[in-house]
Amino acid sequence: MSDKKLAIIATKGTLDWAYPPFILASTAAALGYETQIFFTFYGLQLLKKNLKLEVSPLGNPGMPMPMAMDKWFPVIGTAIPGMQAIMTMMMKQKMKAKGVASVEDLREMCLEAEVKMIACQMTVDLFDMDSSEFIDGIDYAGATTFFEFAGDSDVNLFV
Amino acid sequence: MPEFTEKYDASGLNCPLPILRSKKALNGLDSGDVLYIVSTDSGSVKDFDAFCKQTGNELLESSEAEGKFHFYIKKN
Repeated sequence: MSDKKLAIIATKGTLDWAYPPFILASTAAALGYETQIFFTFYGLQLLKKNLKLEVSPLGNPGMPMPMAMDKWFPVIGTAIPGMQAIMTMMMKQKMKAKGVASVEDLREMCLEAEVKMIACQMTVDLFDMDSSEFIDGIDYAGATTFFEFAGDSDVNLFV
Repeated sequence: MPEFTEKYDASGLNCPLPILRSKKALNGLDSGDVLYIVSTDSGSVKDFDAFCKQTGNELLESSEAEGKFHFYIKKN
């Protein structure tokens, strides 16, 4: 129907921030947008075969905590070892209970809908990552390749 | 209530799954077929309206009954 285009730059590698690029890309694809996501820096974590994404309460005053912990729990307490693992587990349980898709599922739906995913080659080199760590069907390229598509897009998002 | 070709129950699913799965179900239908969708996501009321406006499919009916949302979409 539509021949619109959406270009997204994904720069964050945490469980919570994995959602915006994949939700927007899969939805846009369902609406008929041709969609590309360029993954750079920590965003590359979202392309790993085995996703080990976590969410951190550290330095995140906007994050609602269970049992109103954010009201009485000292900020420094969010730095306690194991806190991140606990918060990640609770977040995943909550998402499942509320019928929110997993990041893996959303990524799969993006791939099925032919959302093109590009890994930033420079960051892959910078962090000594290997293409065998990443899912199949992605491209490796640089900023110029992103602009080839983005310059022609109707919507450009930096996440 | 309009007649429908296929039913998809998206109960319990949250945004954007009702739309994504319904779109998938629509892909398997022919032009003129009607997909009946049930959802419990209150956000899907506006979303199915917006989905149809943007994709050219026709939203024949959108209603709420017994805490669930019902949509009939005719494929273009």
